[in-house]
Amino acid sequence: MKSNKKSILLVVSFLLIASLVAACSGTSTPGAPVSDPAADNSTITVSGSTTVQPLAEKLAEAFMTENTGVRIDVQGGGSSVGVKAAGEGTSDIGMASREIKESELAEFPNLEIFVIARDGIAIVAHPDVSISNLTVEQVRDIFSGKVTNWKELGGEDQNIFVVSREEGSGTRGAFEEMVMGEDALITSSAILQPSNGSVRTTVSTTPYSVGYLSFGYLDDTVKSISIDGVAPTEPNAADGSYPIVRPLNMLTNGEPTGNVKAFLDFILSEAGQKLVVEDGYISVK
Amino acid sequence: MSVRMIADKTVKIVLFTSAIISIIVVLAIGFFIFRESIEAWTKLGVGEILFGAVWRPGQDQYGILAMIIGSVSVTFGAILLGVPLALGCAIFLAEIAPAGVQAVVRPAVQLLAGIPSVVYGLFGMVILVPLVRNLNVPGNSGYGLLAASIVLAVMILPTIASIAEDAIRAVPENYRHGSLALGATKWQTITKVVLPAGKSGILAGVILGVGRALGETMAMIMVIGNSVIMPKPLSGNPLTYYLSQARTLTGNIAVEINYATGVHESALFATGVVLFGLIMIVNASARWIIRGQKFVEKANEEQVC
Amino acid sequence: MLEERLSEIAFFHKAQAQSLKREHLRQKIWLGLMWLVGLITVSILILVVGYVLVQGGKAISWEFLATSPKGGISGEGGISTTIATTFYLVGLTLLIATPLGVGAAVFLIEYAGEQSISSKFLRVVIGVANFAVEILAGIPSIIFGLFGYALFVSTLNFGFSLLSAALAGACLVLPTIIRTTEEALLAVPDDYRRGSLALGATKWQTLYRIVLPAGLPGIITGVILSVGRVISETAIFYVTLGGSYHLPNSIMDGGRTLALHLYYLAMDTRAFDKAMGTGAVLVVMIILINLLIDLVSRKLTAGVRKVR
Repeated sequence: MKSNKKSILLVVSFLLIASLVAACSGTSTPGAPVSDPAADNSTITVSGSTTVQPLAEKLAEAFMTENTGVRIDVQGGGSSVGVKAAGEGTSDIGMASREIKESELAEFPNLEIFVIARDGIAIVAHPDVSISNLTVEQVRDIFSGKVTNWKELGGEDQNIFVVSREEGSGTRGAFEEMVMGEDALITSSAILQPSNGSVRTTVSTTPYSVGYLSFGYLDDTVKSISIDGVAPTEPNAADGSYPIVRPLNMLTNGEPTGNVKAFLDFILSEAGQKLVVEDGYISVK
Repeated sequence: MSVRMIADKTVKIVLFTSAIISIIVVLAIGFFIFRESIEAWTKLGVGEILFGAVWRPGQDQYGILAMIIGSVSVTFGAILLGVPLALGCAIFLAEIAPAGVQAVVRPAVQLLAGIPSVVYGLFGMVILVPLVRNLNVPGNSGYGLLAASIVLAVMILPTIASIAEDAIRAVPENYRHGSLALGATKWQTITKVVLPAGKSGILAGVILGVGRALGETMAMIMVIGNSVIMPKPLSGNPLTYYLSQARTLTGNIAVEINYATGVHESALFATGVVLFGLIMIVNASARWIIRGQKFVEKANEEQVC
Repeated sequence: MLEERLSEIAFFHKAQAQSLKREHLRQKIWLGLMWLVGLITVSILILVVGYVLVQGGKAISWEFLATSPKGGISGEGGISTTIATTFYLVGLTLLIATPLGVGAAVFLIEYAGEQSISSKFLRVVIGVANFAVEILAGIPSIIFGLFGYALFVSTLNFGFSLLSAALAGACLVLPTIIRTTEEALLAVPDDYRRGSLALGATKWQTLYRIVLPAGLPGIITGVILSVGRVISETAIFYVTLGGSYHLPNSIMDGGRTLALHLYYLAMDTRAFDKAMGTGAVLVVMIILINLLIDLVSRKLTAGVRKVR
């Protein structure tokens, strides 16, 4: 019993010393690059837009099966963070689901932009909603809070619950730019959710709610609504008849090299773009 | 001999270093959160942030008043629902329950305290939100203060109950004997003697519960709707205030921090500073009250002697 | 006259008896209500835990536990890598927090009362340190998250990684470990220390050979409590750990813990069944941890009794 206690104590005190050493060596060289992306190219970190994230995860899985030894970590964060992460070099690749702003290009002049796919934004509603077609103006009125009841659009006498994304989200940015325009603001009583997925979850579980989603997130739990009679489908977006389409970007700080370049080349190759189309996005080729 | 002394000295220095780590961490937290928020305070102004009603980072508007009110409202709701339950639980455990029942209820309370907040959030999303949605009020989405208050009430119950139970147990046995000997019933003894004597400890428990409620994050994001609005009644009935969606200070930080850059990010750190300040005030008052209680107890002991 | 008086007295007695009866009735009602409250508390627990376990149990299979998440928009795959990441993070966090916490507690308890500390400086430091621990214990986890994000993720450039998350998590559990260790050390009788010192042992020898072994069960309780807190914590790791569902290769890689995975499943993918399954795994872990703490503290009291 006693020797047992002693040995536990020995382990504990060993941990004490080990961690102190670790802590000291960790904090004494804060300036040293811990993971220099250029030097260690076997791990590629990708971060940013949650819209691009599932597509990037899929592309990464495919790339990794062909190139064992390369590891690609895809993390979320949002478009603004994607731009910042690529610009500051905290990630090898940044993802953004909207156009890069002037102010961002001014801050990070070395950014290289790769449009890896194009993506439509669909207006989605809870399946209980009977309306299946809206004009862009009607959508704007719904999201700005001008219209608050489905009755006003010819639907049920039910309050509309607007579901939107957070500020800083690329999908929200693109939606505001293409639908809301300069003057109209998204109503402040909108339920706000931090990702495409959580918007879909909320819309699919809240009767008479309406939201907007990247094409890649569409499924049968929500009802997608046509704009001016054009259904939100990939062919309609590809031929330009569906109006709400934005680019999905990947960003690097300066010319990509090594595995980062190989990964981007793979995405833009025929095989990569095939995966893009498979997931409901629009090929850039 | 001298080697042993040197070892002794070294150990003392090492231990001293670890002792001041907590001081360093507290200072570092204060420093970094404040440093990151300076940009927002100077560019926007303190009044603009604290009393601005509109939070629209896209429009460069960063008022957090709506979030402050959201946090306070949901905490108030949780206290309203949770405190009677927690107090009853504490009285039950300390004064009424037989040992066998205590052996069931106390671990249950402890387990409630240990369950991850995301599990409560999930439970809220799947069970509570649809239930609340059944209340037939126009504009009621289910997400909002009511669902959040219920989830939070359950989460603060163990904190308040265990501190209040300790406070009740700390009341000297003589008090009870005295009261019972004078012919008071057990319930009279509890309400007229025991609870007043343990009052400050119980109050401290409630206040710590308030601190816990203000600080809860993930469960709130999952059920409160996160709308940036001043909560307001949905209909003529003022009770429908609690069906309104809202956003808490904590939710504001967690939901947006990963999306934010520049002034927006800085404003989120400013939100953190406000939250930190609120919690400090709350916890300091709990500390102050507990200290008062100890003082009273000591005074009582001295009198008895 | 006399009759009148007697009836008056009788009436008075009756009234008193009635009031006593009323008082007893009120007591009965209130005590009943308290029983009800106790019952409600237990039912809340049974409702939450039971629902999660039953619903989650349906999703749990060997395959669910042993395959890794596949990502995508509907939450395919299992939870194997998130279980592993949870253990990594718990290990790393405690590796950082335990020595610091135990060391701090030893200093605060064993050196605070030392006669030779006549220097005001040390006494002030100890006072401030105690105050700091109290503050730390009250800080909400999202503030630790913000701090970790500002210092470790951004300023020190550790990125979203196990290291960043563990350092921020260590701040969270530090007060728990310090307080439980302090309690354990305070429970060690002073005679032990005096006896050892009288035999010529140095302070460190006394601590290492006598005091720490005697306080070990208490220290272990603190560590287990901390394990529970790291497993359940989400807010800190939401802003410091990144959320990649791959198994981290080093402490500089990001990852996803069980609690975080539950959040992503529930919020992003609507895979409520899998979220419940993950929740059930979490709840089982927490129950096991509570049982373990119970066991250790029972050992602790048994040990004390033996000493006496």
